[in-house]
Amino acid sequence: MNKKDILAGEHFLNGDVACAEGAIAAGCRLFAGYPITPQSEITETMAHRLPTIGGFFLQMEDELASIAAVLGGAWGGMKAMTATSGPGFSLMMENLGLGIMTETPCVIVDVQRGGPSTGLPTATSQADMMQARWGTHGDHEIIAYAPASPQEMFDQTIKAFNQSERYRQPVLVMADEVVGHMMERVVIDPDKIEIYPRRKPSVPYEEFLPYRGGADMVPEMACAGEGYRVHVTGLTHDERGYPDLSVESQDALMHRLIGKIRDNADQIIEVEEENIRGADVVLVTYGIAARTSLRAMELAEQKGIKVGMLRLITVWPFPLKEVRKIAGAVKGIVVPELNLGQIVREVERAAAGQCPVRLVGHAGGGLHRPEDILTAIEEVA
Amino acid sequence: MRTEIRFAGFGGQGVISAAKISGRAAAINDKLNAVLTQSYGPEARGGACNANVVISQDRISYPEVTLPNLLVILSQEAYTTFGSKIAPGGTLIVDRDLVDVGEAPAGIRLYKVPATQLAEGLGNRIVANVVMLGAVVAITGFVSKEAMLGAVRDSVPSRFLELNERAFETGYDYGRKLKS
Repeated sequence: MNKKDILAGEHFLNGDVACAEGAIAAGCRLFAGYPITPQSEITETMAHRLPTIGGFFLQMEDELASIAAVLGGAWGGMKAMTATSGPGFSLMMENLGLGIMTETPCVIVDVQRGGPSTGLPTATSQADMMQARWGTHGDHEIIAYAPASPQEMFDQTIKAFNQSERYRQPVLVMADEVVGHMMERVVIDPDKIEIYPRRKPSVPYEEFLPYRGGADMVPEMACAGEGYRVHVTGLTHDERGYPDLSVESQDALMHRLIGKIRDNADQIIEVEEENIRGADVVLVTYGIAARTSLRAMELAEQKGIKVGMLRLITVWPFPLKEVRKIAGAVKGIVVPELNLGQIVREVERAAAGQCPVRLVGHAGGGLHRPEDILTAIEEVA
Repeated sequence: MRTEIRFAGFGGQGVISAAKISGRAAAINDKLNAVLTQSYGPEARGGACNANVVISQDRISYPEVTLPNLLVILSQEAYTTFGSKIAPGGTLIVDRDLVDVGEAPAGIRLYKVPATQLAEGLGNRIVANVVMLGAVVAITGFVSKEAMLGAVRDSVPSRFLELNERAFETGYDYGRKLKS
């Protein structure tokens, strides 16, 4: 990868373009997608940029094919990404599971819009958060980021690629229409970008077992054409990658696939804390809802209420310990999100009755009114 | 200090471009914080459109404009929709020949700039938005002249650079005279 391919400098970009540039900076050279608002600028940017830097842009016939091409591209040795919105995200669910089962590093961006179904094609929501967690069938863990600005669209897309390589799993970037379309300063310094490279086999051909986890339960990855045996299947498989449909094999594989995320969660989870210490009320929020919540915090401070914020940068894995600790120290927790109650369930589970947890829901199509969040703060303070 | 700016007109007037150039002038050239949001929908050329910029020295929390301090209106339809939505003491700047303000709202400062006419005088009405940006900067100083001119230069195709520079200076001179 060449540093000159990165869009260095200070730019005034929208979140979608910043996301595409983040992917390029992370080394993504294969994008397969199908246009859908409000992520179309990601696809458009990749279509412009990738052919000029030795990459591949594929416009597929639909989202099922898009994610299939991304998985195939990753097994061919590429860093690969797709981007979509609600209806396309639904179509990608089956092969998201294939990506988890086959331990395929890749990134899927969902620029959320109002749903269900066609819903609000051009307007915001955060209503796919539980679909991100449980949309694909079977037991699994997931890693998902929630960017709150164009700069974070850039930064977190890089992090998503790094975690996908680190843990060998598809990683989700759960953006929304407002973050996707709003323009802000994005600062890009190629010398400060850290890249986690693909974990290549460290043993000779004859000793390599493609699905044997290392100390962190993550296996090394041999791609097609590198001389190692490559066997990829959605069936339950042994360390060689051969189907083995026994109870024992399923048990070992599930414990490793889930364990590699769950047991390493402390290293994956990322939160941002603001004024938590001494706060009477803490806002637990994420993505664009956190921007509105900051305004509510300012309004509450003017009224003399001590308010803090725990912003979830990774929504999945959920920061259970962090929320539990806060719940034991405050009068109440307020959860603003652009849906009618998804992540609030996790917050309630973490709070475990230690303090009241108040949802400030919004059906989508626009942002919360900061005053509505303020009202909830006042009610629990 | 948070400044909220709304540009409104119809598609094809360079409303979104004017907002983008303003945001870029503030965020990149003047090192302020700036957020641009825009109406986003199936509108086409000729339909109503608006773009909003928030500028502040401090961190910008809520990204959208609620009640603009500075309202720049380029069409009658936009004036009907947005004309009354302006903060007390705010500044309203309209294209003189495209917007009939009627009885101006009380408690605001009103400036009328013949942006389209001045652009036609330069040979191309397409630069009316840049004429307007020159005038707005001269009247309000919400970003520096250098920052805005720099952002204009970075935002237009090179073959139209000289035309846009003249458009900006023409608007700036007009705005300065209005102000004095």
